[in-house]
Amino acid sequence: MAQKPLQITTPTGLLTPETRAKIDGWVARFPAGRQRSAVIQSLMAAQEQNGGWLSDELVAAVAAYLDIPPVWAAEVASFYSMLHTRPVGRNTVNICTNISCWLNGAEDLVAHAERKLGCSMGETTADGRITLVREEECLAGCVRAPMMVVNGHYHEHLDADAFDRIVDGLE
Amino acid sequence: MSAVTGQPVVDTVTIEVDGIPLQVPKNSMIIEATDKAGIAVPRFCYHRKLTVAANCRMCLVDVEKAPKPMPACATPVMDGMKVYTQSKRAVDAQHGVMEFLLINHPLDCPICDQGGECELQDLAMGYGRSVSRFTERKRVVKDKNVGPLIQTDMTRCIHCTRCVRFLDQIAGTCEMGGTGRGDTLEITSSIAGSIDSELSGNIIDLCPVGALTNKPFRFSARAWELVSKPSHAGHDGVGSALYYHLRRGEVMRAVPRDLESVNEAWLSDRDRYAHFGLYADDRLQQPEVKQDGEWKTVSWDEAFEAAAAVLQAQPGDELGVLMSPSATSEEYFLARRLADGLGCPHIDHRGRETDFSDDGYRPHTFSTSIVDLEHVDAVALVGCNPRHEAPILGHRVRKAALDGAKVIALNPLDWSFHFDLADGVIAAPQEWVGELGALAQAVAEATGQALPESLAGATGRADMEAHRAMADILQRSERGAIIVGQAAMSHPQAAWLRQLSAWIAQATGATLNLLPFGANTAGAAAQGALPGEGGLNAAAMLASPRKAWLLWDLEPDFDLEQPTGAMAALSRAEGIVAVSSFAGPALRRRATVLLPLAAWPETEGSFVNLEGHRFDLHPAGRLPGEARPGWKILRRLGNACGLAGFEQVNLAEVQAVMPDAPLAPAEGWPDLPPLPEVAEGLYRIGEVPMYAVDALVRRSKALQQTVHAGHGFIGLNPVDAERLGLAVGDTASVRQNGDTVELEVRVTPRVPVGGAWVRAATKESAVLGAAMGPIDITAAGSG
Repeated sequence: MAQKPLQITTPTGLLTPETRAKIDGWVARFPAGRQRSAVIQSLMAAQEQNGGWLSDELVAAVAAYLDIPPVWAAEVASFYSMLHTRPVGRNTVNICTNISCWLNGAEDLVAHAERKLGCSMGETTADGRITLVREEECLAGCVRAPMMVVNGHYHEHLDADAFDRIVDGLE
Repeated sequence: MSAVTGQPVVDTVTIEVDGIPLQVPKNSMIIEATDKAGIAVPRFCYHRKLTVAANCRMCLVDVEKAPKPMPACATPVMDGMKVYTQSKRAVDAQHGVMEFLLINHPLDCPICDQGGECELQDLAMGYGRSVSRFTERKRVVKDKNVGPLIQTDMTRCIHCTRCVRFLDQIAGTCEMGGTGRGDTLEITSSIAGSIDSELSGNIIDLCPVGALTNKPFRFSARAWELVSKPSHAGHDGVGSALYYHLRRGEVMRAVPRDLESVNEAWLSDRDRYAHFGLYADDRLQQPEVKQDGEWKTVSWDEAFEAAAAVLQAQPGDELGVLMSPSATSEEYFLARRLADGLGCPHIDHRGRETDFSDDGYRPHTFSTSIVDLEHVDAVALVGCNPRHEAPILGHRVRKAALDGAKVIALNPLDWSFHFDLADGVIAAPQEWVGELGALAQAVAEATGQALPESLAGATGRADMEAHRAMADILQRSERGAIIVGQAAMSHPQAAWLRQLSAWIAQATGATLNLLPFGANTAGAAAQGALPGEGGLNAAAMLASPRKAWLLWDLEPDFDLEQPTGAMAALSRAEGIVAVSSFAGPALRRRATVLLPLAAWPETEGSFVNLEGHRFDLHPAGRLPGEARPGWKILRRLGNACGLAGFEQVNLAEVQAVMPDAPLAPAEGWPDLPPLPEVAEGLYRIGEVPMYAVDALVRRSKALQQTVHAGHGFIGLNPVDAERLGLAVGDTASVRQNGDTVELEVRVTPRVPVGGAWVRAATKESAVLGAAMGPIDITAAGSG
């Protein structure tokens, strides 16, 4: 009748089998007991299954799956601009506003984008097509400033016309 | 220092701070040297018990040859280093940091609960400008609800991360963190919700600003109105040192008092918040006598007369004296003298225990001191949840575990610990003697020592894999400690468990440590609050009910092992004198005389903690109404009974005639009664919840609102739940000795098969029987 003590068990059912497989793959790359190191990639995987954003429940589920305190996952989820803790549109647009891009007209570009899309930085267009991600720090594309990242792809040497061309082509 | 060899014990280097040469240990930080030398360096994030974060930058000092000011908390000393804490560069740097810290900090100290005792406020006086140069708007951060104990006001937070580090490193629960980044960084418990650590209140003391304050105390008094009185906590055997803060005699709050050998700098939430129960509605303030079924308030003289009449109406042999395990030593001593004077040998303080067959043989204090507990290399927990039974002890076990000690457990519930278990067995109480016997057998095999014939009855388990692994850990350890906890002490075969533990300890060179209920069991043993020659123990007294009782600070429906049995036994008495701080309905129903007793924070006397240290208690809070310290009540009661030996006019005269040390336990162990057959069916696991241990704790509203106070449920293993056709959220009918209560069902693998987790000392369990005993469970309504 005796039993071994159990690990903390919290429902992790929110995570799909694919997400779990991805997390398992990342956990395997670190020494045993250092699963906290896999938290960024685990959250990315969970975000991917959820249409690009992380709910509190999903963050908690990742933490439970990794067997780490929930707050450790929440800290990471809220820190990185590529992890979204609110629903996002079908496309995400990050315009760099750090110094090199700023000196090369990022401010005008942001103003143009906001006017064109009818939403401010950090908001999503009414039709749910595009999210203008909140003020982005340096994305390491200074040599071709100003620049932006659209769904993970870099677009450089931007002006209003180039912005329109790229954004108009988004689904 | 080792004077013999003339060698310093630690490597030291010489540094110079503000022109003063200092000898300091190598690799220590500048701030440790300045703190030791009494040189003031301002700081917010540094705390000697926590890791260095160096993120507030307030402790910047000027170090010769360094190109810029250095943080004193994170700069190691070097031989010949010259440090200036008051140079222009140092002071300019500190002024600059203070100006940054105040950018977003509200300047509304008059409406902040921390005002007057705030580290930021103090240092802003010394290092801040009189007028702010900032005109920008200040940041506002939404408050978080982290539970009933701690109030947040996160706009005031300066991100020192002391609370985060405390919960990570000391409490081990990692319940707070920093979310967001840059100017949106917030310290929060985030998605974890409430902060549930049993040590959570310490983050209030650690918080250098008013971001985290004491919730039930909030806005009720100002720091400068309070008078601080040193005392000790009385809710577990640790006896943590604390200060009570009083306003005009009323206890307003409790804060820890540094005592490195006991509670270091910490205080458990139970010790911190229990006093909020002091002024509960049913606090007994006047002596009362029951006349024709009606309670009548009387003078002390009349009350003593009535009490003496009750106690003297019966021959001594028909009396029973039952005391709380948390009375003072002086009360135990005088109660014993009173019982002796009345010819009554029946006195006991162990109302929650059931097996007394090793009386006279068991030790009454720990063999390992609280400090040494963190230096052991193996800990075996036998029916023990140190986190809840004695949180400070749990913290020491955690320290040992972090230092590499292996912790093993034989427990009735898979309690969640803040350390890893190396191995363990979770079994229902009816299996325990067999499980511990199997461990003893495994130890016998591993050490080659023969298990005594008298203990062989406990052995015979087939599957011993886990037991062998545990025996291996104990056998390899050089400084092991076995802690027999409260769940084991209240077990019906507790003597078997103690004796098996003692043998395992002896065979493996480990120490035996018994953790009983209450704050002063060592004092009770020393002063003779144990059955005398021919006397009955607590359980026997209730089994063959006395005709008159003296009940000392006990609530019969909460503080005794068999609430219904005890209530029935008391109903057959002709008179009951209850000396008590509180008078709940059950006590009022049974008692005939009520004498108002000073509660622990208000009384004077002494107690002996579980490692055998004697501590004095000085009255802190003003006595409500006519309440009196216990020793005075007993002295007058002795007089009223016309007994000799009650002439003391002050406490010192009582203490002068008290014995010092407990009677040494007899050598060896006694023969034990044979083991009963392991009963079929479910067995109750009557854990006493952390916040139900005594009348005062049970009346602290703040503690009763925490997650730990939940009790109207029955926990079942999924296997048993399925067999009984019960699911989560169902209502089950729970029956013991013909008494029934309906409880909500929880299904959890933390409960072993064969066990039923129904907590003791709760309002639901007040109508049930034995905390550890057979129990019947059916779906409600099915009969």
